[in-house]
Amino acid sequence: MAEYQNIFTRVQVEAPPYTGVGLPRGAWGRQRPVGFNHLLGRFGDAQVGPFYLGTLGLMSLICGFIAFEIIGLNMFASVHWNPVQFVRQLPWLALEPPAPGNGLHIPRLQDGGWWLMAGFFLTTSVLLWWLRMYRRARALGMGTHVSWAFLAAIWLYLVLGFIRPVLMGSFGEAVPFGIFPHLDWTAAFSLRYGNLFYNPFHCLSIAFLYGSTLLFAMHGGTILAVSRLGGDRELEQIVDRGTAAERAGLFWRWTMGFNATMESIHRWAWWFAVLCPLVGGIGILLTGTVVDNWYLWAVKHHVAPMYPHVFPPVIDPATLPGAQK
Amino acid sequence: MKGLLGTLAVMGAVVMIAGCERPPVESLQGGYRGTAMAEIIDPRLDAVKEAANVLPAVIPPAPADGPLASSVYQNIQVLKDLNVAQFTRVMLAITQWVAPPDQSCNYCHGANMASDDRYTKVVARRMLQMVRYINTDWKANHVGSTGVTCYTCHHGNAVPRNIWFTNPGESSTTGLIASNAGQNKPSGPIGLASLPYDPFTERLLGDENIRVISDDALPDGNRSSIKLAEGTYALMMHFSQSLGVNCTYCHNTRSFAVWDASTPKRTTAWYGIRMVRDLNNEYMVPLTSTFPEHRLGVLGDVAKINCATCHQGVFKPLYGESMAKDYPELRGPMQQVEAAPAATTPPPTASLQQVSALPQHAH
Repeated sequence: MAEYQNIFTRVQVEAPPYTGVGLPRGAWGRQRPVGFNHLLGRFGDAQVGPFYLGTLGLMSLICGFIAFEIIGLNMFASVHWNPVQFVRQLPWLALEPPAPGNGLHIPRLQDGGWWLMAGFFLTTSVLLWWLRMYRRARALGMGTHVSWAFLAAIWLYLVLGFIRPVLMGSFGEAVPFGIFPHLDWTAAFSLRYGNLFYNPFHCLSIAFLYGSTLLFAMHGGTILAVSRLGGDRELEQIVDRGTAAERAGLFWRWTMGFNATMESIHRWAWWFAVLCPLVGGIGILLTGTVVDNWYLWAVKHHVAPMYPHVFPPVIDPATLPGAQK
Repeated sequence: MKGLLGTLAVMGAVVMIAGCERPPVESLQGGYRGTAMAEIIDPRLDAVKEAANVLPAVIPPAPADGPLASSVYQNIQVLKDLNVAQFTRVMLAITQWVAPPDQSCNYCHGANMASDDRYTKVVARRMLQMVRYINTDWKANHVGSTGVTCYTCHHGNAVPRNIWFTNPGESSTTGLIASNAGQNKPSGPIGLASLPYDPFTERLLGDENIRVISDDALPDGNRSSIKLAEGTYALMMHFSQSLGVNCTYCHNTRSFAVWDASTPKRTTAWYGIRMVRDLNNEYMVPLTSTFPEHRLGVLGDVAKINCATCHQGVFKPLYGESMAKDYPELRGPMQQVEAAPAATTPPPTASLQQVSALPQHAH
């Protein structure tokens, strides 16, 4: 028989829907319906709604929808409007940026104009959504941490799709919209610039990415482990440290000599997550603009280790006298 | 409900791993330890490939003496150096290796064996010149003493299985609809990547620069676009696919560009690219008007060669077994007569014009 022990429980307690704190004047009202969903309750809060759409949210969704349609309909057209082929080939399909020779000119629709337009609407949508998150946090009297973290991701997106291409003088440098195509683009980008793994900002970004998952596991694991002692009430434990916080802290001091606090662990997690796209964006921005071959850069600065030769010397045949092109 | 979820989970897992090869696979270390330079070999897939690359029985060698074929038969333009027995042996070999069994000699010859009225005969003549040219002029840098025969590419097929035509994409994606920029279609020759589906026309017919990586750490005028890099990438996927190897067969992937970190096989591959360009331009393209329309590509271009044409999924065609050693007739002009180098022999243009487009039932 299930018991209600703490707030991490499979028992779903139903109470009248909570419609939130009072809104400041001038804001839209929250939209109904408010209801409960048992399946959602297994993963999060069973209460769904109330929603807050607002002007920014509405505009963001419209812009996002336009971008989605431009990309999707062009993909659909590329398989001659064949729904079966659309589903089969979807991972391969893409909306490609203008050809490299186009530079920063506005191309014809079929030659990358659609890509530019989709990028414009997607960017507008994302920025409006950012503003909405900022404004909603303010309206609730919260801090704006979430929106700044979101902005770090937007920074990486804009560096890849707009800022770096403009610095390189060609929209053709930007990423296509597509599932496999953007992955193949990523690999080709690393190949062209001599192996991105030697880009120190890429290294940092990976460290923060993997660090984020490590911190997530450590924090989630710790809190679940002490929830029976009241550790799930993290916010109370920040201001009034109880036995859960004491034991969790001692656990980490025992095992690694140091522990974060109930409060600081959230700053660790936030900074790791934010720094991942932030430094990644810097790494992308430097590629092709400041450094053209990261492997040779790493050799030059003694970052890349040298391995013993196991093959007889290999000479570039193109450098031999009388070589073909 | 739970049963349904479980079934869905199992089905999902099956779908996720459906494209995977089952273990165990063998790993052969190539480069220095820690550099991940290894060949991954799936013994089950390898067994299939080995079965498909068994050499046909050798035709008994021909006696070295006897009258020259050119003094007995008419209209012999290339194999003038062979005696009748050697000549007959080559014809027999072509019949086994290339001609469809139901047509045999008739695939190339009509009632008058000397006549050039079948296009297949004109093509075969030029291909014999090509085989000899490869075995002499490309011996040092690509094919070695292993050499090639008709069978290397044909494998018993009238048309080699792996050929390519210029792929212009689909013209119906014009108008206001975005161009796919020559990519984003799953294409076999480039390993089903979403990379450019025709990296060949510019790089194996033309001489588009394959190197896109800079020689300097800092920007120094290399304007190679990522698009161009994708073309190179597609060609390299084709290499990998055609030879059944991964990148580290030739490259140390820490730096694809640097030669002194590469394996010696990269040099062989470099010459291979030049050989294929040479053969496409010197042997295939001039045959364009010889072929009937149904043998040409959508743009009316001739069938062309890439790595897969000979290699057919194996790092060395036929696993490096030399067939050419048993067929001195195909290795180059024989001792009996001084023949002009095959490469400089012009194709028989007079007979090209006589070719009539016979309907062929093989394809």
